[in-house]
Amino acid sequence: MDGDQLVISSATGVDIALPIAGPGSRAYAFVIDWHFRALIAGAWLLAGMFILFGAFKVPPEPEQGNRFALWVLLPASAIYFLYHLVLECAFGGRTPGKRIAGVRLVTRSGDTPSLGALVIRNLLRLIDSLPAFYVVGLIATFSTRERVRIGDLAAGTVLVLDQREALSAIDQLGATAIADPATAALAGDLVARWSSLSDERRTRLARQLLRHLDPGASALSLEVMNGTALKERLETLLRGAAAP
Amino acid sequence: MNSPAPRGGWLAERAPVWRGLSAVAGRLRRRQDSVQSAVKVLDGYRSLARDLATARRLPGAAAMARGLESLYATYHAAITRPPRNLRAQALGLLRDEVPAIMRRLRPTLAWVVLLFVGTAFAGGWLIATYPALIGLTASEQMIDHVERGELWTDGLLNVTPSSVLSIDILSNNIVVSVITFCAGIFYGLGTVYMIALNGFLLGSVFAFTHQYGLDGRLLRFVMAHGPVELSVICIAGAAGVALGDSLVRPDRATRRESFEHRSRELAKLLAVCALLLVGCGLIEGYVSPDPRVPMPVRVVIGLGYWLFMLALLSGRLFRLRRP
Repeated sequence: MDGDQLVISSATGVDIALPIAGPGSRAYAFVIDWHFRALIAGAWLLAGMFILFGAFKVPPEPEQGNRFALWVLLPASAIYFLYHLVLECAFGGRTPGKRIAGVRLVTRSGDTPSLGALVIRNLLRLIDSLPAFYVVGLIATFSTRERVRIGDLAAGTVLVLDQREALSAIDQLGATAIADPATAALAGDLVARWSSLSDERRTRLARQLLRHLDPGASALSLEVMNGTALKERLETLLRGAAAP
Repeated sequence: MNSPAPRGGWLAERAPVWRGLSAVAGRLRRRQDSVQSAVKVLDGYRSLARDLATARRLPGAAAMARGLESLYATYHAAITRPPRNLRAQALGLLRDEVPAIMRRLRPTLAWVVLLFVGTAFAGGWLIATYPALIGLTASEQMIDHVERGELWTDGLLNVTPSSVLSIDILSNNIVVSVITFCAGIFYGLGTVYMIALNGFLLGSVFAFTHQYGLDGRLLRFVMAHGPVELSVICIAGAAGVALGDSLVRPDRATRRESFEHRSRELAKLLAVCALLLVGCGLIEGYVSPDPRVPMPVRVVIGLGYWLFMLALLSGRLFRLRRP
């Protein structure tokens, strides 16, 4: 652990730093997942009732109640309560909510969590959800250095930011229309950091780069282009399209 | 030390290699089918480590270094992933790991059983001495049934079919065991409370039914499933106390490490207990409420299942098959 990063030592001596997801990303992923599982379980409940009884209500006869319990209520409860465990196992620590929020679960050594770790993590939701609305879990995420809840502490798991989009920098190297890979890397870096730079600085850097990359464009035309247009021109070049 | 300037030649040379490694990164989650492909992954991992170290020192290549780091992390996870052999893992769990955990848990289990039995006697004594207090431990419906001279379990099969009853019972039992275990996080006190409460309830209910001459029928009902069910609740209690103990008296460098290690170890035992409770649920749904099943058969089922549990948790069941 180093600041807000999970630093993993490797046999090669080159460490890996995975950015740790904060309580915000965690809560965002949970809320999305909660909606997914509630919607799926609810849909099963309604569809099951309609298929079995032809209406959205359970007839008063005991045998109909038993059919409802066995074929509708039980699977719906299983969907709701086993959602996290099943999907985290199936997708290597990711659920649809985590994917949308851009986070994933890893062990403290950076691996995909094992089945045992995922089971204990989800069992301890019982404690994390106490007394209501995951108050214990939230307090734990705010007070631990790795921003983990009690289930994660027990399972040895950490929620990290998924950096899949970072791979696009490598894929762009081959697809770009910019001949010099070093300049392409610089242009990619500028586009990636665009929002973190001041308007004056990013437009100046973009114009300097485009003077080298786009000899067809006159100095005057570059001067009249605003920030958005300059960024779009850089992205066009990085995507591999020839400069117009 | 000066940072090296961006080298277009180096990037141009390495870019096709990275793209190749990036293309196979998606397949790394699947098993490698040959030694050659595993060696290729290892070579790729080493070359990525070298390139990442270089890219991190290049000015203006932060985005590419992040990309390389992400790729490197994917390869690292694939290489350090433990081997998966579910059959061998399950056999190792049942033959070696669970018996070892049970041996370590034995003294705690003895204390938990003592607490359970002690509070059961206390509950029994309290209700025998002050019968009016039964309202504290039993529901109105249950009291009405017993006062009418019948058990609340009578005619259960007329109301609910065995399959639904089994699922209801086994899920309830598993939830109780899980809560008993998880409550151990409060330095073991939550578990102690759960065990004491369960023992107290059992004792008070038996004392209450005894006053109406129904204790024999209640014993007949619980005989087939009770021995394993109560044993498993005590084991879950012992596991919860051990979990709390890992926080009170850590056996690792930090409380956190101790808690993590102990909870992962005890979760394995809890998984086996959950399987035993599935069996209990089936017996309680199909055998216990059926008035046609005679007492000797119930005793044989209850004792037989309890001996099976002992053999399973001590590892004898699988040690016999060891070559």
